[in-house]
This record gives sequence, C-alpha cells and structure tokens, in this order.
Amino acid sequence: MSMKNSVEVKNISFSYGKTEILNDLSIDIKEGEFMVLLGPSGCGKTTLLNCIAGLLDLTDGQIWIEDDNVTWKEPKDRHIGMVFQSYALYPSMTVEKNLSFGLRMMGTAKDLINEKINKAANLLQINELLKRKPSQLSGGQRQRVAIGRALVRDAKVFLFDEPLSNLDAKLRAELRYEIKKLHRDLSNTMIYVTHDQIEAMTLADRISVMKDGLIQQLDTPKQIYNKPANLFVAGFIGSPSMNFLNANYDKSNKKIIVGNKQIVISKYENINNLMNDQQVVFGIRPENINIEKNENSIQCKVELVEPMGADTLVWTSIENNPISIRLEGSSNFNLNDEINISFDINKSSIFDSKSEERI
Amino acid sequence: MSTTPAGPRPKFLTIGRIGMYCFILVCAIFFLMPLYVMVITSLKDMDEIRAANILNLPKELSFYSWPKAWSQACTGFVCEGLKPGFINSIKITVPSVIVSVGLSAINGYALAFWRFKGAYFFFGLCMFGAFIPYQVMVYPLLKIEDALGIYSTLPGIILVHTIFGMPILTLIFRNFYVSLPIDLFKAARIDGGNFIKIFLYVIIPMSAPITIVAVILQVTGIWNDFLLGLVFAGRDNQPMTVQLNNIVQVDYGVAEYNVDMSATILTSLVPLFVYFISGRWFVRGIAAGAIKG
Repeated sequence: MSMKNSVEVKNISFSYGKTEILNDLSIDIKEGEFMVLLGPSGCGKTTLLNCIAGLLDLTDGQIWIEDDNVTWKEPKDRHIGMVFQSYALYPSMTVEKNLSFGLRMMGTAKDLINEKINKAANLLQINELLKRKPSQLSGGQRQRVAIGRALVRDAKVFLFDEPLSNLDAKLRAELRYEIKKLHRDLSNTMIYVTHDQIEAMTLADRISVMKDGLIQQLDTPKQIYNKPANLFVAGFIGSPSMNFLNANYDKSNKKIIVGNKQIVISKYENINNLMNDQQVVFGIRPENINIEKNENSIQCKVELVEPMGADTLVWTSIENNPISIRLEGSSNFNLNDEINISFDINKSSIFDSKSEERI
Repeated sequence: MSTTPAGPRPKFLTIGRIGMYCFILVCAIFFLMPLYVMVITSLKDMDEIRAANILNLPKELSFYSWPKAWSQACTGFVCEGLKPGFINSIKITVPSVIVSVGLSAINGYALAFWRFKGAYFFFGLCMFGAFIPYQVMVYPLLKIEDALGIYSTLPGIILVHTIFGMPILTLIFRNFYVSLPIDLFKAARIDGGNFIKIFLYVIIPMSAPITIVAVILQVTGIWNDFLLGLVFAGRDNQPMTVQLNNIVQVDYGVAEYNVDMSATILTSLVPLFVYFISGRWFVRGIAAGAIKG
C-alpha cells in the first residue's frame, strides 16, 4: 500500500429531496487499500458508494479518483468496477456476454476481449459457465460472474455493494475468502459496503463505521474493536456485543460505582481524564471478563449458558445489567452456580454518559 | 398410531362446486350465443332466415354470403365488399402499433430509469391523458390536423392513433420497467452504456412480455376503432369497421342478414386471432407490469 490517495471524497453532501443523507462528508482512500464502509441500514454507506460510482449526483462537494476530479463524470469514465448485492447480471446474455458487455461498449478488439475474459474466468474458476445464462447459475456462481464483470474492465477501483448479503452462510465465508485473496493478488483499491461486521473485520485494511450519514470512526479493524471511539461503535462492533454498565467515578479511590458494587479501574489508560463523580458508561467485551476470585472481583450467579462449540457464553448480571462472559468451549457451568468475575481493565472502554465519547 | 391420513379424502364434487360449474356453464352459453347465431345465420340463405327461427340450424348450407361480404357487398356507393377496408385497416394498424409501442417503450424507460426533473409531473400527465375520453379531443385534434394539412390522410389517422395510445402504453411500460431491478441499470451505466445503448442492449431484450401486451392492446384497440377512423381517416382510407357499418346500415334495398353476419365475423377475425394466439402472454404480461408500479 502506497501513501498516495486513490479515492478522495471531499466535503460531499447528498440529499433526496429534503431528506439529507450525507452532509459534508470527507474520506480519503489510499491506493491499494481495502476500505470497508460499515454501518446499520440507513446510515448512508450505500449512498456514499453510489456517489463515488457516479450513480447519484452530489448536492455539494467533490470526488477525485486517481488524481482526477470525476465529480461530474459519467460512471463509465471513472475507472471503476462495481459488484452489486443482487448480482445485476444481464438476464438475456450468457456469462461470456455479461463479462464482455463493458468491453464491447467501449469497442475493444475481439482478441483482447477473449484474452481478458479467459484471464478473469481462470481467476474466478468460472470457465465452465461461460456459455450459460445467469438463470442457470447458483447464487455463488452468479456473484463470481458479477465480480468477473468488474475484473475484465481493468478498473482501478472496485466497489462492492453488500456483495455477499444474498448468499447463505457457508458460501458467504467461501466468497469472503476469495475476495480477500483477490485483493491480495490484484492489490487494487477496493471499497466495500456491508452491514456484516465479520466481513468488515476480516477484509478491511481500514473500516469506516457510519451512522446517520456521519463517519463515527475510521481506523484499522483492530483499533476499532479494541478502542472504539464512542458508544455506538462499541455496541455495533463485536458479537456477542460489549457489556455496558452505567457508573459513577470515584476519583479518590479510582473506582467506579455501579449501584452497590465497585470496580477498581486504576489500570485504565486514560484514567487521568476522568473527573470526580463523572457519569460514565463502563464497557467490557465478553472475552475480557475472567472467572477468578481476587480482591477486585464481583460475586454473581450464572443465569444462562450458551455453548457455541469453540466458546461457551455464560450470562450473569451485575445490578440487573446483563453481562455475557466468553469462556473456553470446554468450560462447564450450571445454572445458578456462584461465580466470581473480574475485568481486564486495560482492555475495557470507558465512555462519558453525555457525549458518549470514549475517555 | 397409523401414518396414513385419517378417514377418506374429502369429496371433490361438493354442492358448492356443482353450483359453480352450473354458473360457469350458463355464462359460457350466454356469451357464446351471439357468436352461434352469427355463424349459423351467415350460413343460411335469405329465404330460410325469413322463414325459420333464429336459433335453428340451417337446412342446407349456403356459403354465398361470405365471398359477397368480402368482395361484392355495397358500402355506400361502391360495391367492392370489405376487402378495401381490410387493406386500409392493415395500413392504419401496422404503422400505428409500431410507432406508438416504440415511442412508449422509450418514454417508459426514461420515466423509470432516467429520473429527469419533472418526471413525476410528466407521469401525472400520462395518467391524466390515459383517462380523458376521446370525444373531448376529437374536434381540437381535427382542427390541428387540418392546419397541418394531414386531415383525412393516412398519416393523419396514424398520428391520431399514436397520440391516443401513448399515455396508457407509457404507463404500462414505465410500470414494467420500474419492477426491473435498478441494479441492472446501474451496472449497465458503469459498463459504459449511454441512454440509447442501455435501452437497446439491456432493456429491450427483457421487454418481450410487456411488448406483447402493448402490441395486443394496440392491435385490437386500433382494429376495433370506429369513431377515429370515421372522423380522421378520410374517404380513401376508411378502415374495415367503418365499411362494415356502411354494409349493415342500408338505407335502401333489402337488409341481407347473412351478408351482415359474414362481414361482422370477418371484421372481428383479426382481434379474435390475436387473442387466441397470445392470451397466455397477455395474462402473463399484464401481471408482470401490474404487480409493482
């Protein structure tokens, strides 16, 4: 990955009539980077992708692709290839014609078209399907063809609009792996829209978490998972999701107080930014809770056990706040067992209750 | 526990079903009766028509009314039968159908995919246009065509049919195209298609069912039209329906009912034929266009 920017989105706004979807949004995507736009439905991620593709006209702002201001250029002139959730294969054409459609529109020579189709077909293992119509393909095959259609165009930037959402879980994992491999081999810039955090975590160089048309956090998957910038990101990323406790900070004892319980947080990295009696939300991931008895542990009862194979999820509660704990699959707990739990404070996140920002 | 269903399979022929079949039978007889009368009357000679009951089968078949209706019956002052009208009707119908269906497909495509400013207003206008009765516009249109110098000419009547067909056809095409996945259109734009190329290579190949519906609607509508043909076609281009009327409405001489019946059947053969060969497509296409819109 170079330091050069491949796609620059500069202060763009977009509205449908009076409904503002994107407002003054900027994002730079580096050459060869795999950028994932992640967020719940209605957060504007697909709108942003369509704006980059030129399928929607901006209300304001600029879009640059490969040092070229493409704000008012037609989609075909933006050096992009796009893969859609619904595959969007032309139903009346064979796979071969689908792949070559863009090249034929550009008036590419026949030999060159064949060469490119063969290359893409080999890469995606769809050689046997070339003479078939889309209706004779399975979902996974269709999406391969759709990816192939983007490949043959020699696009500088690939845009993926939830490409795996229509596939079943097994195929999704399979194609996710192949997209990652494709990126490794081609090292094109890729922008990938999804609401699936597993896809985001596994594929991305950087993730842009979006909500209500705003970028909530733009960082590496690791950073986003371990140091979520605000309460929304913390709750959205991770499954099972992060445990939250509403608490008050007691500065003199470096403790947070949850009802009758207390948790010492002296190991928290930014503890000096906390003020006495500040209302906070204490967040801890299920895997950062340990079952052990020490001077700082809290006693509680097992309320539910969910064995998931590799892990086991144990549910308990602190002051009526449900808490999930991720343990090894081999661990054995029964309903109403008394357990003592302690927190890895250096892996926890503490948010201000009002601003919901990480402290 | 037995794994077979408990008790016998419920009876298929219930009282309700018998009642329904009776109703359907009565309906079928009711609607087929006129056709029956027309066919047998056309096969009788005039003496028998006068003498016998209208529902009786002919005692001896006489076919002379058919060729007479086709090529000898008098329509006004000329006695050449329906043949010239048939040719006129074809000359009117074929270009009108092609032009109106073609333009409406492009309009519907533009309305569905290229959402230009004012598209909704235009959509509303089409809606409005589809429901205005013809008669309101006959006189203004007549004056316009007169001013253009195409009143009472073949292009004149073709233009009128095209204009009257387009609002409803545009709506039909637009509704069909709106039901197609928008991603297809987006993919085609990224693949380098412009307005015309996307229409030709992506949209038209998917338009078969709705085009068939549009063609059926237009062929039957224009073929069966009487009023517009009478007003706009002029004496030389009178369609079959107008000539049929002239045969049936005799002011002097005897009314030849067998010839009238033959002429009527001949005139309605084209729409009947179109419905028979395409009924399946018609239902399918109407449904395809109607589900979403």
